Amino acid sequence: MRGRNALIVVLAFSFAATIAHAQVTFERIVNSGKEPQNWLTYSGDYSGRRFSPLDQINPTNARSMVAKWVYQTGATGKLETTPLVVDGILYATAQDDRAFALDARTGRPIWMYQRQLPGDIRPCCGRVNRGLAILGDKVFLGTLDAHVIALDAKTGNVAWDAVAADYQKGYSFTVAPLAVKNLVVIGVSGGEYGVRGFIDAYDATTGARKWRFYTVPGPDEPGHETWEGDSWKVGGAPAWNTGTYDPATNQIFWPTGNPAPSNRGEGRAGDNLYSNSLLALNVDTGQMNWSFQFTKHDEHDWDATQVPIMINSDSKHMIAQANRNGFFYVLDRSTGKLISATAYGKITWSDHKDAEGRPVANKEASPTLAGHTVCPGALGTTNFMAPAYDPQTSLFYVTARDQCDIFSTAPQPYEAGHAYYGSAYFPSDEAEPYRGFLKAIDPATGEIKWKFEHTSPTWSGVLSTAGGLVFTGDAEGNFIALDAATGKVLWHFQMGGAVYAAPIAFAVDGKEYVAIAAGSAVYAFGLP
Amino acid sequence: MSLTIHQSPRDKNKFVSSALPAQRFFLASAYICLLLLAAIPAAADDRNPLAGDAKAAKAGEYEFRINCALCHGLGARGGGRGPDLTRVQKKHAHSDAEMFQVISSGIPGTAMPSNGTNGQGVGMTDEEIWQIIAYIRSVEVKAPAKTIGNVAHGKELFYGDANCSLCHMVEGKGGRLGPELTSVGGSRTREAMIDSVRNPSRHLAWGLTESTKEFPQEYETITVVTANGKKIKGVALNEDSFSVQMMDSSEQIYLLEKDKLRSFSKSRESIMPTYTLDALSNKDLDDIIAFLTSVGAK
Repeated sequence: MRGRNALIVVLAFSFAATIAHAQVTFERIVNSGKEPQNWLTYSGDYSGRRFSPLDQINPTNARSMVAKWVYQTGATGKLETTPLVVDGILYATAQDDRAFALDARTGRPIWMYQRQLPGDIRPCCGRVNRGLAILGDKVFLGTLDAHVIALDAKTGNVAWDAVAADYQKGYSFTVAPLAVKNLVVIGVSGGEYGVRGFIDAYDATTGARKWRFYTVPGPDEPGHETWEGDSWKVGGAPAWNTGTYDPATNQIFWPTGNPAPSNRGEGRAGDNLYSNSLLALNVDTGQMNWSFQFTKHDEHDWDATQVPIMINSDSKHMIAQANRNGFFYVLDRSTGKLISATAYGKITWSDHKDAEGRPVANKEASPTLAGHTVCPGALGTTNFMAPAYDPQTSLFYVTARDQCDIFSTAPQPYEAGHAYYGSAYFPSDEAEPYRGFLKAIDPATGEIKWKFEHTSPTWSGVLSTAGGLVFTGDAEGNFIALDAATGKVLWHFQMGGAVYAAPIAFAVDGKEYVAIAAGSAVYAFGLP
Repeated sequence: MSLTIHQSPRDKNKFVSSALPAQRFFLASAYICLLLLAAIPAAADDRNPLAGDAKAAKAGEYEFRINCALCHGLGARGGGRGPDLTRVQKKHAHSDAEMFQVISSGIPGTAMPSNGTNGQGVGMTDEEIWQIIAYIRSVEVKAPAKTIGNVAHGKELFYGDANCSLCHMVEGKGGRLGPELTSVGGSRTREAMIDSVRNPSRHLAWGLTESTKEFPQEYETITVVTANGKKIKGVALNEDSFSVQMMDSSEQIYLLEKDKLRSFSKSRESIMPTYTLDALSNKDLDDIIAFLTSVGAK
C-alpha cells in the first residue's frame, strides 16, 4: 500500500508540473497547428476548420478503435460542449454552467465548478453551454445569467466575474468564448426574448469590458434605418455561436442570429441589420469593417449563427458558411462580397437571386394566420452544430437536415423577459419524414461530393483529421468514423445517448484520442 | 466554493417559486387535492381567474399555437402526438386547477413536458397558462347527447370478426404488434380513429419514446432477408444506422445488424391492413369506436 501511495504522489506532482506549464499564450493559439496534440480553441484553430493535424488514426486502423474512458457529468438535457485540451488536461462544460478539468488520458476529474444560478434564468432552448475559451492561466465561461467569468485553470476557482447584461430581460450566454490577444470575445443569446444583441470583448486579466458591438444599430448609426419605428430596441440579432479570427487582418468574423420577434415581420419593416449576418470586426476596437446579411427581414428563425470557416485557395481569401436557410455561402473575406450561394438541402423559400447573387425570399414564404409550409423548417438545414473543413480533401463537412414546417402567425406583445416569437411553427401533417445527413460540399463549386444519410436528423457537429477521417455522432447515440474522401463508414460505437456536441482530437503521451460528448457523458476513443 | 456541486433549481419550479404567496398556497393545495382527492369535483376556488374572458381566450389561442400546437395541433383537435383537447372529458385533468397543474408540471411517463422544457417554448407565466386554459375551454365541444354505435357489438367485433385484437391490446387482452389502444378512445377524435382504420398508412402511430431521442420511433414496416435467406416482415421497435430491433406478426422480437442482412427495406406503408367499406361497414366501425370510446372514458 505504501508503494501505491507513493505512486499517487508522483502522479500528483507530474500533474502540477504539467499545469504549471499550461500557460496558453495568444501566440500558441495562432500557431495551434504546431501543437496538434492540443485543442486550444472552440473550432480547433482560429480559422474555424475543426481539423486536427493528427493522423495516427486513419482509414486502415479506424475499425479497431475502442472506448478509452467515459466521464459522467451528472447533467441532464443536451450536452453541447466542445472540450479543450492543453498538455494532457481536458477542460469542458455541461448544462447549468458546469465546468470541469479532467486528466485527458483517463477522464479522472481534477476540479469541478458549478455556478449557482438564479431560479428565473431564461435560456430559450435548454440550459446548455457549448464550451470554454482558454488564455494564460484561466479558462472563460459565459453563463446562463449573462455573466462572463474567468476560472483559474489549475483549480476552477473564480478569478473574475463580469456582468454583461440583465438576465431577467432574457439575456444569457451559451456560446464558447473566443480568446484573442488579451481579449475574451463573446456573443449574447436571447433572440427569443427581444433582446438587443451584442458582441463583447473583455480584458482576459481583469474582466474589464474593452468594447461592445451592438448588432442592432442605434439612432444615428448606419443600418438603423433598416428598422421600423422603435422595433430596433427589441430587435434581437443575438450572436450565440463562436466566430473565427484572422491574424493577418486582425479581424474577427462573427455570425448573428434572428431578428425579434423571430417569426413575425410585421412591425419591423426593413432589412433588420445586422440580424442573420456575418460581421467582420477589428478585434482591438470592435469597429465593423464589413457585414454581409444572409437572410434579410427574416420571418423563419433562420439565425446565421453557424461557424464561418476561413478557406484559402490560390490567392483567394474566402470565408464559407453553410447557413441555416439552406444555402452554402462563400464570401471574399477581405471585402465581404458574395462569391457564391448554392443550396445544399431542401429549400422552397427562394427561387431567385438578387444582382449580387444573394438568394431572395419569395413573397409567399411569409408566415400566415392559417399557416403554410416552408422548407427548411424553423430548425433550418443546419443549426449550431459545428462544421469542419479538411484542407487535404478541400471539402466542407456539415450536418444537414431536410425538414419542412408550417409557419403560422401568433402575435405577441413585447414584454421584458417573456417569450417573443410572434408566430408558431410545427411539422406539417402531410410532411415527409425528416431526413438527416452528413454532407461533404466542395466550396469551389457548391457541389455535394458525397453524403451519408443518418437514420434520423442529428445535432452532432463534425471533426476532420489529417488521418483522412471525418467523425460525427447521431441522434440514436452512435459515434461514427467515415472516410473523408468517400463518406464510407469505417467504424461506429453506440454511446447510448443522443449527440448534441462536436468531436475533437488530441494526443497525450504520443497517443491520439478522439473525444465527444453524448447523453450525459464525455467519451474518449483511441486505438487499442 | 468552486468545488461544490449543488442541485440546480429545476425549471418546473420556476413558476411556483415566482408566484405570489397566495398563488403558491393555492398551487400547493391544488397539488395535494390531485394527490389525495383526485376524484372529488373541483372546488369553486379552483376556477380560472380568466374564465369566460374572451380577450384572454384570444391571447391564449396564440400562446397555444406557440407552446402546444406542435403536439396538440392547431385548434387543439389533436396532432400526431397529443390528445384532442376539445373533448370535455380529459384523461389527466378536469378542473381548471388540474389543467394548470398539468401544463406547469407535465405528465410523467408521457410526452407532455413541464412548462418551459419542450425545447421550443421558453416557459409561460401563470397568466399565460390561465389564458391557454381559457382558450381550451372556449373550444371544447360538448359530446353528442346520444352515443353513436353499439358498445357491446363493437367489443365483439374488436375481439372477434374484425381481427383488431390480433395486433392491438385493450385492457390487457389482445396482441402487441400494433399500438396499445386502451386509452385511444379517450384521447383521439372520432375522425382520427376512423382515419386510422380506413387509411392506416396516412399517419403512422408513434411507438417507443426514448428520453434521449428527439423523435420517437414510428410503426414503420420493416422487411429483411437474413444471411441464411429467411424473410422477416414486421414493425420497427427501434432502429439506428447499423441495427434494427423489430417484431414480426407472431410477436417474435429480432435484433439484426444491417450489414449482415442480405436485404433491408423500410416502408411507411403500414403493416395494418386497410379496412375498406367491404371489409368493415360504417356501422360496424361506429360500434368499434363506441367500444374504444367507452373504454377510454374510464
